[in-house]
Amino acid sequence: MSSPILKLIAQRVALGLLLLLAVSVLIFAGTQILPGDVAQSILGQSATPQALANLREELGLNAPAYVRYFRWLGGVLTGDLGTALSSRQDIATAIGGRLWNTLFLAFWAAIVSIPLAIILGLLAVRYRNGWIDKTISGLALASTSLPEFFVGYLLVYFFAVKWQIFPGISTVYDGMPFLERMRAIALPATALTLVVLAHMMRMTRAAILNVMQSAYIETAELKGLSPFEIIRKHAFPNAIAPVINVVMLNLAFLIVGVVVIEVIFVYPGMGQYLVDHVAKRDVPVVQAVGLIFAAVYIGLNIIADIAAIVANPRLRHPK
Amino acid sequence: MSNELEYLSRRVAAGKLNRRDFLGRAAALGVAATFANSLLASAAKAEGPVKGGILRAGMQGGAATDSLDPASWSSQVPYFFGRQWGEQLVQISPEGEPKPALAEEWGASDDAKTWTFKIRKGVQFHDGKEMTPADVVATIERHSDEKAKSGALGLMGGIASVKADGQNVVFELKDANADLPFLLDDYHLMIQPNGGKDKPDAGIGTGPYKVTVNEAGVRLGAEKFANYWRDDRGFADQIEIIVINDATARTSALQGGQVDIINRVEPKIVELIKRVPGVVIRNVAGRGHYVFIAHCNTAPFDNNDLRLALKYALDREEMLQKILMGYGSLGNDTPINKAYPLFTEMEQRKFDPEKAAFHYKKSGHSGSVLLRTSDVAFPGAVDAVQLYQQSAAKAGITLEVKREPGDGYWSEVWNKQPFSASYWGGRPTQDQMYSTAYYSKAEWNDTRFQREDFDKMLFSARSELDPEKRKKIYADMGQIVRDEGGVITPMFNDFIDATSAKVGGWVDDGNQEMMGGYALSKCWLNA
Repeated sequence: MSSPILKLIAQRVALGLLLLLAVSVLIFAGTQILPGDVAQSILGQSATPQALANLREELGLNAPAYVRYFRWLGGVLTGDLGTALSSRQDIATAIGGRLWNTLFLAFWAAIVSIPLAIILGLLAVRYRNGWIDKTISGLALASTSLPEFFVGYLLVYFFAVKWQIFPGISTVYDGMPFLERMRAIALPATALTLVVLAHMMRMTRAAILNVMQSAYIETAELKGLSPFEIIRKHAFPNAIAPVINVVMLNLAFLIVGVVVIEVIFVYPGMGQYLVDHVAKRDVPVVQAVGLIFAAVYIGLNIIADIAAIVANPRLRHPK
Repeated sequence: MSNELEYLSRRVAAGKLNRRDFLGRAAALGVAATFANSLLASAAKAEGPVKGGILRAGMQGGAATDSLDPASWSSQVPYFFGRQWGEQLVQISPEGEPKPALAEEWGASDDAKTWTFKIRKGVQFHDGKEMTPADVVATIERHSDEKAKSGALGLMGGIASVKADGQNVVFELKDANADLPFLLDDYHLMIQPNGGKDKPDAGIGTGPYKVTVNEAGVRLGAEKFANYWRDDRGFADQIEIIVINDATARTSALQGGQVDIINRVEPKIVELIKRVPGVVIRNVAGRGHYVFIAHCNTAPFDNNDLRLALKYALDREEMLQKILMGYGSLGNDTPINKAYPLFTEMEQRKFDPEKAAFHYKKSGHSGSVLLRTSDVAFPGAVDAVQLYQQSAAKAGITLEVKREPGDGYWSEVWNKQPFSASYWGGRPTQDQMYSTAYYSKAEWNDTRFQREDFDKMLFSARSELDPEKRKKIYADMGQIVRDEGGVITPMFNDFIDATSAKVGGWVDDGNQEMMGGYALSKCWLNA
């Protein structure tokens, strides 16, 4: 690979890091203007003013905001996310398990949904405007249009309550046998798949259809290639950049956007962890989770950008 | 049909319905007598405790921020789990009486200032060590220490000293208190090895179950402690609590058989759940109540006529039916109901627009009255306030409603703003309830009800060991709060739990939801 491409990639990465820094400021500022008070939320209704003052002192809540920001940033850069205010646990350790759960669910939802979306997209193009295309598009659109909690409840109603095939609550824990774990995540993974499927499928279809208008496709047709061969060999490789883009966007959603699904299926992932700590005003945890989510989002977008650059022959082979 | 019959047959077995009535009801449901008889036999057989199995509860009220340190407990799940692995000196029975737990017996000096508790011998902690009076003393010391930030700190304020004396533990109180045994039932006061001073969140106690899984906010598990000292609880081999904060998920988990018991069934879906085969609703009247609180020292609420007008302008019956679907009982503008010991019935205050208008006019107030509410004030608080607004309008009183965000409601609105919606969980005794929220100097006197004569009555009742005399004083205090206080109590809410039909051993216990917190220890799974 030549240097312009490396330069482009370096630019993207640098831009991403800068963005992340900006996000860290936003997150910090955001958590400062939340209503209520950390000490009050930790001690709850049973707080006496003396206990409140003691706790505030202990938590270092009395220092000015910018001092606390740089303290926090310094910690993050050295891998120290701090200690949770409410449970006094090390945040990095606590998040580790939750992040792994979230990635596990996202991974299996992605394994199912991405190939499925692309294959359905290809099929829709192959039989475009026919009944197959219309059925696929219609069903996919319908599943996306329904709010995710509704899809979730529908799945629970039929598969967990009525037929009792899969558990309706997806509690997973360390040391759970793999097959049981898969059974536990069957419903949330299905719900997530249904939610992200249509977007990827429609984008694949649109991107390939766009390419299908090109002159070289006509040439390929005239050569006598079968429609599938044309799509596989000539259309799809040229439509890969937008497809990767939308796949990455949905991957990011699978990791950072699953709060609702996690709550419905009682899945112990990052989303629930975040919600619990927001409710308790556990600012260090909220900041840490926020930053991780932002990093995932920005990271996946950088990968999408880079993939698009690499997939572009004009950038790969500059004159 | 099956559901109601199941329920009825268990009632017979529990001695709450006689056999003849049962057969009559069964006939009304169109069931042949032979079948009904056999059902009855199996229910009777099933009523004996069954050992073994895993009993599971799905509960609201847990978070990743929970800890096993009893001092830190403020929400349902850690508290409920604690009831299974820990024990206090005294435990309040379903009938509301203090019963011996880790203390075998106790007695007070005549002035109710010195209390002696005889500590039970031969009780083991889960780590194999024997529980001693020194552990009890250390536990009380830890919860009395400001630094431990214990939720029981307020209760400990009245204790001057605690000392071990042989097998006894002696409490010296600053002021007389006839209710000390009730205070020691508090769920924070689980006796821990060396009081938990070494490792507060070790989760080691003397309870029937020994902690095996502690994933805060997700899943908690425990197994039967082999050397547990009594045999009237701890029937299942293992217990498990799964945190399910979403109400729909909780119900479906019960229906799907993933859990056997759930808490907090929403009143509006109780009628639907009742019809589901294999599910039994368990509701019991408790001491928890919903309130509208007006500050007695802040204009315009410093005028008792205005407060009375607001009390008469509330249609309690309608609110009970529409907000709680009838799963509760009417409030009478005091925090006390018949679930409390030493309760005296008072005339029920009714919705009376004319009296409301009369007092409103007499108060001389004009313009609207601002009432703040929020989703978190109590379930249905936003709707309840709208009902209040309409009933008040009939009396010519304009209530202006302000809906506040749930975030920060407890730190910014409750106990700060002069008129707002809120709730109270109730306390085991009248003394505790009044001391917490109606004593002049109480932190949580959220109605700013400050009266010297009331405080004096509170103290004299507290030091009075004669129940009849105490009852009389509490009756007078109730009357004062009802007629002159700042609390407007629309209703007391039932605790509504649900179990699968397989769960045996359930008794109504209004001390707290989930059988006063003992559901997993005292229930068993019928095969």
